[in-house]
Amino acid sequence: MRNLFLGLILGVATASAQSGNAANGKTLFDAKYRCYTCHGYDGHGGQGARLVPMKLAQAAFMAYVRNPRQMPPYGVKIVPDAELADIFAYIKSLPESPDAKSIPLLSQLMNQ
Amino acid sequence: MAKAQKTSVGRRGFLKGAAAGAAALVVKPPAAKAQDVAQRNGGAQLNATTLAADTGARPVPVSARVIERPGSDFMVDVLKTLNLEYLTSNPGSTFESLHESLINYGDNKMPEFLTCCHEESAVAMAHGYAKVEGKPMMALIHGDIGLQHASMAIYNAYADRVPIYMVVGNHGDGAQRGPGVQSYHSAQDLGLLVRDYVKWDDEPLSLGHFSDSAVRAYKIAMTPPMGPVLIVANAELQMHAIAGAEPRIPKLTMTAPPAGDMAAVAEAARMLVAAERPLIITQRTVRTPNGMKLLVELAETLQSPVNSQERMEFPNHHPLGGTGGAGYQPDVTLCLEINDVLPTARTARTRGAKVIQISAVTLSHKSNIQDFGHYADIDLDIGADAEATLPYLIEACKKLITPDRKRALQERGAKLAEAHKVARNQRISDAAYGWDSSPISVARLCAELWPLIKNEDWSLVSWYGFISSWPNALWNFDKPYQYLGGQGAGGMGYGAPAACGAALANKKHGRLSVAIQTDGDLNYAPGVLWTAAHHNIPLLTVMHNNRAYHAEVMFVQGQCAIHNRGADRAHIGTTLINPNIDYTHMAKAYGVYGEGPITDPKDLAPALKRGIEIVKKGEPALIDVVTQPR
Repeated sequence: MRNLFLGLILGVATASAQSGNAANGKTLFDAKYRCYTCHGYDGHGGQGARLVPMKLAQAAFMAYVRNPRQMPPYGVKIVPDAELADIFAYIKSLPESPDAKSIPLLSQLMNQ
Repeated sequence: MAKAQKTSVGRRGFLKGAAAGAAALVVKPPAAKAQDVAQRNGGAQLNATTLAADTGARPVPVSARVIERPGSDFMVDVLKTLNLEYLTSNPGSTFESLHESLINYGDNKMPEFLTCCHEESAVAMAHGYAKVEGKPMMALIHGDIGLQHASMAIYNAYADRVPIYMVVGNHGDGAQRGPGVQSYHSAQDLGLLVRDYVKWDDEPLSLGHFSDSAVRAYKIAMTPPMGPVLIVANAELQMHAIAGAEPRIPKLTMTAPPAGDMAAVAEAARMLVAAERPLIITQRTVRTPNGMKLLVELAETLQSPVNSQERMEFPNHHPLGGTGGAGYQPDVTLCLEINDVLPTARTARTRGAKVIQISAVTLSHKSNIQDFGHYADIDLDIGADAEATLPYLIEACKKLITPDRKRALQERGAKLAEAHKVARNQRISDAAYGWDSSPISVARLCAELWPLIKNEDWSLVSWYGFISSWPNALWNFDKPYQYLGGQGAGGMGYGAPAACGAALANKKHGRLSVAIQTDGDLNYAPGVLWTAAHHNIPLLTVMHNNRAYHAEVMFVQGQCAIHNRGADRAHIGTTLINPNIDYTHMAKAYGVYGEGPITDPKDLAPALKRGIEIVKKGEPALIDVVTQPR
């Protein structure tokens, strides 16, 4: 928690707030850095955290990626700020999950 | 056991005579015995004399090379006393005599010979079979080369505490061993190759010795902690005629598993009944169908949550299933047949909680391989078989529970049931993420599969660790054979053959066997698909095709990040792309029904239905599904 808090402060202080290109972010997410391996192609999670809905602001997100608690730290040398901003824009563009209660295969399992 | 009465011109005599030619048709002087190997390897050509004999032009003399009652026939007599249903094998010359005895003298029954394309598959099949059936099947292995092929699967079984009955051929007598391959394939001490991870091995020097050791090996394999055993069948013992009176075959008497010391069991009961927040963790407790019932009885007696960590030892939808929910910090944890108690013990120590262990593994240790895990500071250690101890522990707990205590326990149970329900519904909600994604989410795959199998007598014969345990969240497990856990030692290449072996065991019970098969694992030895087709083993294989050794992608990505370089290069050496592997055609090439690749989740259920229909007819089927990583 302390690291996250520190990361958030640093993020506000250091990360640029440039708006990203979601289309390029998808390429980076799926093909270049393969963020999907831990977070799923749709950011729905897996071995890593669920990314949708993205609850962090861009600066906090970028600060966390640089100095995370659990995931490996991705420094500016290997993922430049501009690319990270693109990735953030892509994540923000991902649709949220449908409500499980609207999916018959899942809703019928609940409360059994 | 009736002995086969063969005429002097049996099938074997005819075939051997034809191969050996005229040199074999004369009475062989004793001194010629040393020439046998050379004749077998080179042999004279078929000539007019042989042809005349073979076409009935004149009576066929009896070849002195014919052996009416080889040692391998007696070995079959011994093996038949062990009630082994099947043997898996990739053929090899170090056991050719035993091979022939098994299929002809033994009539290829008990055990029935199953052809495998790799020794690792043979042993892993036996591993999966034993976890369903609760007893070993036989793996027949060829010399040091076959044993080295098999070694990874043997280690998995050893670490998983699963009995495998292995017989390995060897040309042990250097004076009789032929040059070339017979030398390459033989060893002075064959068992040495795998002795660190078999429970017991022996290399008998006589048929009497074989008889004793073969029966003893079965007994040792089945005594907790169970494990693989290995008997070397020397080729000379197999091939030579039995000299003199046949040895006696000893009676097999199984060893009753050890229950815990009664004073220690009483102390464990006192600690558990007094606990405010007990937790039971179980890994490999259930040896028999009764084991799950005993665990349920103990949990309900104590109103304690049960965390089943490996196989399905506790019904997953039972209100006491799980770890007690958020914030439940156990003050007494009972560890049943847990391989490494350290994580539990370390957490307990930080908050002054107690840990009790009941495990047979503590009674049997080896030095080299470190599968036994860490030394752990615990408070009460009972060296015993957990399932055998449970009836005494339950009885001791019940004696200590007063009416007042029972009311308190029931109140705790009600809270635990609510926590279980909340946790379960949360997991089901989580399955909605990525519901319509392509590649298909693994949660969706499992959700689509469940309604198609839930009204069958089904068995999930693959590990769900690589699919985020979604079946545990979405399916209803209440029988031990419905989930068998993982590899044991984490060795890949286990999944496909173990699923095939488990499906073989399920076949006679009429169960529907389903494997959610990882792509990396299948590619170690995909020939097991042919074994499933050839032997009509009904198994639905649903590919979890994420086109990678996925865990390794993540590990290398992590190292790139930590080393602060090349995060776009982690796919090198870790992915299975360019080209993508076509599992549908792979299945078809081996004679298995194949369909896919399925990339649209809407196509999933119809394809799965078609696969299940094939399996219900008694055949294997494979549905290739391109999936999200986990």
